[in-house]
Amino acid sequence: MGNIAYDFQIEKDDFERAGEASSKIKKILRQLGIDSGIIRRVAIAAYEVEINLVIHSLGGTISISIDPKSIMIIAKDIGPGIENVELAMKEGYSTASDKIREMGFGAGMGLPNMKKCADSFYIESIIGKGTIITMKMMLKDGE
Amino acid sequence: MTVKEMCEKLGLRSLTGECGMDREVGGAYIGDLLSWVMAHAQRGDVWITIQTHTNIIAVASLLELSSIIISEDAEVEEETIKKAVDENIPVLVSTQSAFMISKGLINAGLGN
Ligand SMILES: Nc1ncnc2c1ncn2[C@@H]1O[C@H](COP(=O)(O)OP(=O)(O)OP(=O)(O)O)[C@@H](O)[C@H]1O
Ligand SMILES: [Mg+2]
Repeated sequence: MGNIAYDFQIEKDDFERAGEASSKIKKILRQLGIDSGIIRRVAIAAYEVEINLVIHSLGGTISISIDPKSIMIIAKDIGPGIENVELAMKEGYSTASDKIREMGFGAGMGLPNMKKCADSFYIESIIGKGTIITMKMMLKDGE
Repeated sequence: MTVKEMCEKLGLRSLTGECGMDREVGGAYIGDLLSWVMAHAQRGDVWITIQTHTNIIAVASLLELSSIIISEDAEVEEETIKKAVDENIPVLVSTQSAFMISKGLINAGLGN
């Protein structure tokens, strides 16, 4: 398997299409015959990061690259950034509005879910600039 | 038990016609907070919720859930039903509470 890469543009407040990028990512991995347990973890992480871009960011991109050893997901947005990343990573912490919570978002579990699903998780955020989340899932025996 | 058998046993009304009726129901998960569902619901589960907007279909499809039961007759948006049919996810409605639906599922042999 050679290296494969895709980019997905995610628009702020686009609830109608929210989840489409994750769904496309899942289909790509299926076609590549990736292990279903790994597909589940990538799908969960991609979904949570996609929804966060829709709800909390001003928009951004999700990039996925697949090489023989691992799958890498990078989400990059154009702001507003996260003031306290340590706090944001806590289970149950959310700044979602009441309206967003009524839709079932805002449990404060998205970032913790991503961290659990990834073999490595890295978040960097600068107020006024944006947030970059890098997640890597290892493939078994160089699948 | 298939989705169709579950509908008959529990008196569920399908909003998505015959779509996905032959799917096998492996277990059940109850929840209205999407990231909790995302973290814990398992492939094949029927998901009982009162959330009705289109994003529930994305969740069900990504997790490969067998079906969704909307409890207590909550009204479902047209857009959600359209997307459900596209993704082959049965959306079923019950007049009962999540508790009574669970009781019905256990009586039907699920989780034994
Ligand atoms: N891309 C982002 N840009 C700005 N803020 C963000 C971003 N992602 C997360 N946050 C902040 O971090 C908080 C925690 O995120 P997390 O995904 O864990 O929970 P949530 O999105 O609020 O709820 P849930 O994911 O359970 O529906 C958010 O409420 C928000 O304040
Ligand atoms: Mg989130």
